[in-house]
Amino acid sequence: MTKETSSITSGRAELLPALKRELKKNGCLTREIMDTVAGRSGLPLNEIYGVATFYAYLPLAPLGQYVIKVCRCLPCDMKDAQAVIGGIKQELGIAPGETTADGKFSLELVNCIGACDQAPAMLINAKLYGNLTPQRIVEILKSY
Amino acid sequence: MPEKRIVLGNCGATDPNDIETYLGKGGFKGFIKARDRLKPGDIVDQVKKSGLSGRGGAGFPCGLKWELARNAKAKMKYLICNADEGEVGTFKDRYILSHDPFGLIEGICIAGLAIGARQAYIYLRAEYHFLNDPLCRAIAQVKEKGFLKHLDIQVFEGAGSYVCGEESALMDSIEGKRGEARYRPPYPQARGLWGQPTIINNVETLMNIPHIIANGAAWFSAMGTAKSKGTKVFSVSGDVSKPGVYELEMGSSLKELVMDLAGAVDIKAVQVGGRHGNIIPGHMIDIVLSYETCLGPGAVVVFNSKRDIIDIVHNNMHFLNDESCGKCTPCREGTEVMLEILGRLRGVEGAAGDIDALEDLAQTMALASLCGLGQEAAVPVLDSLKYFRAEYVNRIEQSLFLRSYLGEELSKSKEGER
Ligand SMILES: Cc1cc2nc3c(=O)[nH]c(=O)nc-3n(C[C@H](O)[C@H](O)[C@H](O)COP(=O)(O)O)c2cc1C
Ligand code: FES
Repeated sequence: MTKETSSITSGRAELLPALKRELKKNGCLTREIMDTVAGRSGLPLNEIYGVATFYAYLPLAPLGQYVIKVCRCLPCDMKDAQAVIGGIKQELGIAPGETTADGKFSLELVNCIGACDQAPAMLINAKLYGNLTPQRIVEILKSY
Repeated sequence: MPEKRIVLGNCGATDPNDIETYLGKGGFKGFIKARDRLKPGDIVDQVKKSGLSGRGGAGFPCGLKWELARNAKAKMKYLICNADEGEVGTFKDRYILSHDPFGLIEGICIAGLAIGARQAYIYLRAEYHFLNDPLCRAIAQVKEKGFLKHLDIQVFEGAGSYVCGEESALMDSIEGKRGEARYRPPYPQARGLWGQPTIINNVETLMNIPHIIANGAAWFSAMGTAKSKGTKVFSVSGDVSKPGVYELEMGSSLKELVMDLAGAVDIKAVQVGGRHGNIIPGHMIDIVLSYETCLGPGAVVVFNSKRDIIDIVHNNMHFLNDESCGKCTPCREGTEVMLEILGRLRGVEGAAGDIDALEDLAQTMALASLCGLGQEAAVPVLDSLKYFRAEYVNRIEQSLFLRSYLGEELSKSKEGER
């Protein structure tokens, strides 16, 4: 079984998997990439743009090699997610929405990532880290 | 009542990477019985008789939905397992997917037989990308055992959108569109994915199916209350000493869950149900957990006496406003205005008409929104106004006092600082 929806013939249904493949290859969905996808799928560019901008995990501009997504929802906020965000800011010198100058890390604040039992929690790319403290953050970031 | 682990029975008892351990615990007995001894209509009947309702939040009777899809005439029928779990405070599906993927796949296999679907999707939220490969490997093992001759199961990963957990938005997302809610009718059972009859069930709902088929509808419906049968898996977080996933018989009390099991001591309020969560004040902690009272998808967040109610409701609204798909005006604009008002109250910059404005808006949003997000967005606001009105009134009085005392100038300079 493949993760791609290969058994579906409709070009439309291939769009999200196709955008994800491009994302994996290029790190973001630029105008040029969307143009190419539009050409290949036969869908108008505005449709592609509409889909790309709808989803939080389809960035239009380049992000760092490692994207840190810190949860800002209530259960994490209550367990001092702010201190974790502060720790990352201090360690990397970037604020949420920014990327380090060397292009290694980006920092984002995201909604609940389904790890509230380990609050405060974050994802670095697809890896989940829970029960964070500002001290642990330093160790984790050093491991990258 | 102690914990009653049925849905979670195999979590920790089997190896999620090895189907043999699942088979060793009686896994796929339900499926084999359904395949070899029951007609599809009988399976639907069993599920109907069991009284199982949807565990994803809405609580719609599962068997009834299946019957509609079963009886619909179409070339192709689809089954979708909703593993989008975006509700703030829920992580039970993550727990199930990590510990017992075979239980879920068995449920999907049986549901496929019952409704006559040949294609199934597991819609997995992007945040759970780390579960994608293990899930695919589990599906491959089930296939190797010959249990998937009737059905193809694909994992479809989302791309970061909470509203895609809403069934009509979810189907749009699979179809490669923006995940926006659809106007209904038609309902998915009649015209769903690509216009074909489609059943969408939550992970936990499907986890119950093998047990119902193996042990019978009567066994299942003996558990719970008049309208809520079986057990419910809760995700407990917030001010508790033992946050985690707990499974209780329907009709157990909130107190048992948060105090006896999760170790809460100091309780100002508990939010039960996620985004649209009811806010239950501490003095009502004996409330029973069931569809008749409060349940939703089983997100339970405990707040101690140091927590500020307006902060809580504001954080909630921030989430809803952020995740509103924007298609309908009451939800898109309503959450925006509510966020603005709550933000001002939080910053002690309230105004005299704020409470009325919140209550007015709440009504419009509940009546006129396209999907559950907007319809239920104001529930925490209304609940908090009902049980903690004094905190709102106080905040407004403080705001008015501050403004008159300090004068316009000072509050302006405060604005500049922000
Ligand atoms: C805004 C919104 C978000 C939802 N998110 C989820 C979700 O993450 N998981 C889920 O199972 N159901 C979710 N639902 C409920 C689904 O629309 C649907 O009712 C459910 O998947 C049906 O399955 P069930 O009958 O087994 O509960 C959501 C509903 C709304 C309105
Ligand atoms: S609130 Fe942070 S993971 Fe759920």
